Amino acid sequence: MKVTINGAAREVPEGTTVAQAVRTLTEQTSGVAAAVNDEVVRRGAWESTALGDGDRLEVLTAVQGG
Amino acid sequence: MAEGTPDLTADELVIAGERFGSRLIMGTGGAPSLEVLDQALAASGTELTTVAMRRLDPAARGSVLDVLRKRDIKVLPNTAGCFTAGEAVLTARLAREALGTDWVKLEVIADERTLLPDPIETFDAAERLVADGFVVLPYIGDDPALARRLEQAGCAAVMPLGAPIGSGLGIRNPHNIELIVEAAGVPVILDAGIGTASDAALAMELGCDAVLLATAVTRAQRPELMASAMRAAVQAGRQARLAGRIPRRHHAHASSPLTP
Repeated sequence: MKVTINGAAREVPEGTTVAQAVRTLTEQTSGVAAAVNDEVVRRGAWESTALGDGDRLEVLTAVQGG
Repeated sequence: MAEGTPDLTADELVIAGERFGSRLIMGTGGAPSLEVLDQALAASGTELTTVAMRRLDPAARGSVLDVLRKRDIKVLPNTAGCFTAGEAVLTARLAREALGTDWVKLEVIADERTLLPDPIETFDAAERLVADGFVVLPYIGDDPALARRLEQAGCAAVMPLGAPIGSGLGIRNPHNIELIVEAAGVPVILDAGIGTASDAALAMELGCDAVLLATAVTRAQRPELMASAMRAAVQAGRQARLAGRIPRRHHAHASSPLTP
């Protein structure tokens, strides 16, 4: 199925979880947050939340700013 | 301690019940490297420092969070880059999840050319974030009426600008800053526009509770030295405010006896 991860179109297997998708970007879990279709997915729910076709996943972290 | 001498060891900045020994809040934007940033933060003596939230870059090396953790500086995520209340609320929620803090510097920008804060979107976002349990510190124009409305909406502080972000133009409307200070029951933090130490001192002399600055330090030719200057300026301005300045006079007022 097709999903968008941080703005890039990606092909991932059916049933891919948020946790698996985040791991394609980084192994780190602290200091990172994820949202699917503009709704935050709590870290405790990453393993149990499956992405659906067309979902937009955003994975954010803190950077220099302000 | 002599009567009339302010006990500066106890002169803490209190935001939402949390105490800070330093009244200089730093930003982290614009530093050429994390090493330079680290040295500047240490020289500034800051205990509260902003970060922005961005898409994770797998190629990025080192993290601003490591620097803040090492220095035991409390992290204040901002919503920089947001143009609508909806974007700001989502960014604040992501920051809460990523950083484990419900504090947020709310920043909703009207346009990229001026980077001036959008008052309508800012107020909308502030109401939603307060309702969601956030400690909200909104970045606003130097507008006393908006500052009052945001305090009434439950914000923990108000952060009026001195001048546009990164402009280094100082405090363009000191009178409005004084009006905000006079009416505020929450801390007033002068945010944006600081160019050099005298600007930071003026903010404190006007009665602001703290100053937030980044570019003035991170883009100075010698960031660490400017951070040290800002630390001294904020302390000097604060002491002058507490000391109570003499009134301005139109004519001279002799300080020595005029008769022989």
